[in-house]
Amino acid sequence: MEDALTLYDVKVDSRLLLGTARYPSPAILAQAIRAAKTRIVTVSLRREAGGSRAGQSFWALIRESGARVLPNTAGCRTVKEAVTTAHMAREVFGTDWIKLEVIGDEDTLQPDVFGLVEAARILVGEGFCVFPYMTEDLVVAEKLLEAGCRVLMPWAAPIGSGRGVNNVFGLRALRAHFPRTPLIVDAGLGAPSHAAAVMELGYDAVLLNTAVSRAGDPVAMARAFALGVDAGRAAFLAQPMTPRDFARPSTPVIGRAFDEGAA
Amino acid sequence: MRIRVNGDVRDVAARTLAALLEELEYGDQLVATALNRDFVRAKDRVETPLSENDSVEIVAPKQGG
Repeated sequence: MEDALTLYDVKVDSRLLLGTARYPSPAILAQAIRAAKTRIVTVSLRREAGGSRAGQSFWALIRESGARVLPNTAGCRTVKEAVTTAHMAREVFGTDWIKLEVIGDEDTLQPDVFGLVEAARILVGEGFCVFPYMTEDLVVAEKLLEAGCRVLMPWAAPIGSGRGVNNVFGLRALRAHFPRTPLIVDAGLGAPSHAAAVMELGYDAVLLNTAVSRAGDPVAMARAFALGVDAGRAAFLAQPMTPRDFARPSTPVIGRAFDEGAA
Repeated sequence: MRIRVNGDVRDVAARTLAALLEELEYGDQLVATALNRDFVRAKDRVETPLSENDSVEIVAPKQGG
């Protein structure tokens, strides 16, 4: 496997993680998963009434896709809620992986980073492989690593906003401070160019949902994001040139016709 | 007995969590459970008694981002 991504000792041959929510239909979700060539999809748990088969049929669709699942604790507002949800997810989905969200603000869905670190410490101690949804704060990142996280997932912008990277300096600084930790940009990307941009910064992967599921053609957009991620990764490996403030001719100046000043 | 199930107040006859799932016709649905915000493993439901005013959560796989 060439240029594989390793997350908690699992090699993954796709750098695009895909959310499964808000697609026009289950069939389009299944097609988008294939078009994105993703190997990891995020899933959730929600209340269900007796006699409903909705959860069962969704789970069957995901299993048929062959993708590994990353359950989330979306919407949890306290450490207790997040930890209990993680326990429930481990039993239902049969994985120790958990995308840990502890939401601190309803308008921005910004994570409560204090609760996040506390919940991460508890869950790592219980054998979970924690993927923390965080801001791009360096100190929070340090605390999460101290808590035992081996992957970090900073946001680019608020969940579902599609704004792209709000703080490129912060993401660049995070990458520079933690060169060997897998870093996945989670949330806020709206277009394949945004995904390419963060991959060019050296991020290891991106996690998307709304940008694909709410596109006019989610399947085509899934394909476009896959291309964007691949292009950004290839560009990072190819070491982009350093930007300059002034022009530098690309065509050689020496030998130009009509150059009266030349000897 | 009056308890809260997924946020709704209900009168139920069940005295254990396992019996509650049966009474509410969950059958073989793939669900996870919590009692008063604490996770209860599937294998422990039979021996998990319910009390008046308990709060039960019953969740299943769902699309998520």
